[in-house]
Amino acid sequence: MAHFTKATGLQDWFNQRLATDIVSRVMATEYWIPKNINFLWAMGMVLVITFVFLLASGIILMMYYQPNVETAFDSVNYIIMKEVEFGWLWRHVHGVAASIVFLIMYIHMFTGIYYGSYKKGRELIWISGMLLFVAFSAEAFSGYMLPWGQMSYWAGMVITNIFSLGDLHLNGLVEWIRGDYVPAQAFLNRFYMLHVLLLPLVIIVLIALHFATLRIPHVNNQEGEELDFEEEAKKYKSGDKKGSKVMAFANDFLSKDMLVVSIFMILFFYLVFYNYDFAMDPVNFDPADGLKTPAHIYPEWYFLWSYEVLRPFSTNIGLIAFGFAQVIFVMLPFLDRSPNAIPAHKRGAFQIWFWVLLADMIVLTAMGKLPPEGIYSTIGLVSVLLFIALWIVLPFITKMEKKL
Amino acid sequence: MRELKILAVIVVFTLITYYLVEPFAHSQMHKHVEGEGFAYSDLPALTKTGDALKGKELVMGAAACTGCHAITKEGIVAGMDPAMAAQSYGVNPPDLSNAGVVYDAKFLAALIKNPAHALKVEHKFDAAKGKMHPMPQFYGAGGDIDQEIADIVAYLQSIAPKAEELTSEQAYKLACGGCHENRYAGWTQVGQTPKFKKKQDELKFNLAKADYQDALTKYMGKLPPDLSIYIRSRGEHYIKTFVEDPQAYLAGTAMPRVGVSTAGMEKVIEYLEDSGDAKRHERESIGPKVMLFTLVFALFAFLWKKELWSKLH
Repeated sequence: MAHFTKATGLQDWFNQRLATDIVSRVMATEYWIPKNINFLWAMGMVLVITFVFLLASGIILMMYYQPNVETAFDSVNYIIMKEVEFGWLWRHVHGVAASIVFLIMYIHMFTGIYYGSYKKGRELIWISGMLLFVAFSAEAFSGYMLPWGQMSYWAGMVITNIFSLGDLHLNGLVEWIRGDYVPAQAFLNRFYMLHVLLLPLVIIVLIALHFATLRIPHVNNQEGEELDFEEEAKKYKSGDKKGSKVMAFANDFLSKDMLVVSIFMILFFYLVFYNYDFAMDPVNFDPADGLKTPAHIYPEWYFLWSYEVLRPFSTNIGLIAFGFAQVIFVMLPFLDRSPNAIPAHKRGAFQIWFWVLLADMIVLTAMGKLPPEGIYSTIGLVSVLLFIALWIVLPFITKMEKKL
Repeated sequence: MRELKILAVIVVFTLITYYLVEPFAHSQMHKHVEGEGFAYSDLPALTKTGDALKGKELVMGAAACTGCHAITKEGIVAGMDPAMAAQSYGVNPPDLSNAGVVYDAKFLAALIKNPAHALKVEHKFDAAKGKMHPMPQFYGAGGDIDQEIADIVAYLQSIAPKAEELTSEQAYKLACGGCHENRYAGWTQVGQTPKFKKKQDELKFNLAKADYQDALTKYMGKLPPDLSIYIRSRGEHYIKTFVEDPQAYLAGTAMPRVGVSTAGMEKVIEYLEDSGDAKRHERESIGPKVMLFTLVFALFAFLWKKELWSKLH
């Protein structure tokens, strides 16, 4: 039996039982962050805050949403938008956050790629991050089904059809996923469950894993410099804060995190109040109608690049290309054969590779929304081939890189 | 400085993506119609000055408008209930009390003279093929037909409320409500849904509505859509230009040109905003306050960071 003494105060009372002093040292006051970083290092905190917005607004929306094909549409567009006090605000916050969280995730991912933050002990950070991306994608898609508008219905139809896997004709699998021949009540119920319970649980577990993978290797820095964290921490703790190359997560880095978060919030609430249409497609304000296919079916902007990878080919090849695009990013730590974990601008060919990949994904995103006709399908095809080629050449160009 | 450069790179790439995915993609996907501000330039201009008193005689007498149309403002009630009227004509002939303000004068004149032409539904109603529009043409009462039509229009304008007194409900009811339900506003093609005291009343109302909608579906080819949140799904520009000339967007559609006046259209939009974007005033009033909060929050965050980081560098 452990020995407990009479507590000197509330803090001590908890400390004896929960070791709160150690926890706060490990997680905050002695969690060392390199000083040589820029605002891109705050994207993790921006994502945390956005996730909190999603969770809070989602809980409120869930109190009024009705997962029934007869009432779902009106429960969102009438009850929440008109009858619930500030229901419109919660819905706009939820919709805009769901869209903008992907923008931040892409910035976060490309930051990682640029600075080589997936190498030398940081592989698991990258992999857990990509798993989070997959979980968020599933969360976004399942949430998109819930208003039961035209885009919900037809996107649900198109995406679940993918599981028939072309010439394998796995129609039984598609029916099993839908619980019906077409998206209907069973479909809506299970996507509701996924959206409000199973996937959020998975996301929360993955966020914890993502943080854990970061704790031992520490975050990277702007120059890819290998720091002796123990040595630098000693300097910091001995009072030489200015001479040390590291700072404490809390409150040193946290103060910068909050500054970046506050600037992000200006953009975020501007979008919530003044420019929300990009996140809430007008077509989805028409109720689901299984007899009326919309003229253009397209996913939300953050899925467009992978949608475009699927489109220019015949069904089977398209599916293979699509599958390739879904898993290839996870493989990045193993495809990059370079011994250097430094920023792209010091890595020669890799720097070109990075910017070409970024530009190509923007082109793919644009083509994924445009109708696949004429010049757009040609541009789309070329961009997809370039995308695949980029990943094939990556191991070769990085292998040739010299150790710096 | 370096951070500003990085920020500039991110902003540029984000804006390029936004431009391509939103304004550019939509310009490529949807037909853009500019419209002509309800000028109806294909219709002949009114040349005669009408006399409302003579117009009243014509409406009640020779032109036989009141054989089908109610004018409740003048105490003339409809001969049939809406469902029965729809079964006879396809749609319920509208009450003309507010026609003089909701409809454009030039359009009204052209409509009286040749309904199918003014409504742009000649592809559907071709007299030569024996397909008559349910509203008969006015062939004149023996005098100068253009003068007589001007008199009728003058009469309709004289009994209508002034543009600034027109309510959004009156405008929607006349311009759209005969065909389009708006369940978020409680409007059906057979009238505003009342508060029912008895289950029987509710069943009767719904039966009349079902009868009306069946007749309307037969007449139009499909049931015209509910317009509850068209303001969100289509937007103001699309609605205005579509109403002005449906054929410009959708050649061959059964939807007639409505012929609304500018004032009538404004009120219709207001009605659609009230049903489909009811909390817009709240949104517009809270927006600046939240923006101010975020700015103050950013200022405090900046000061906090500055204080802590001054000890680090």
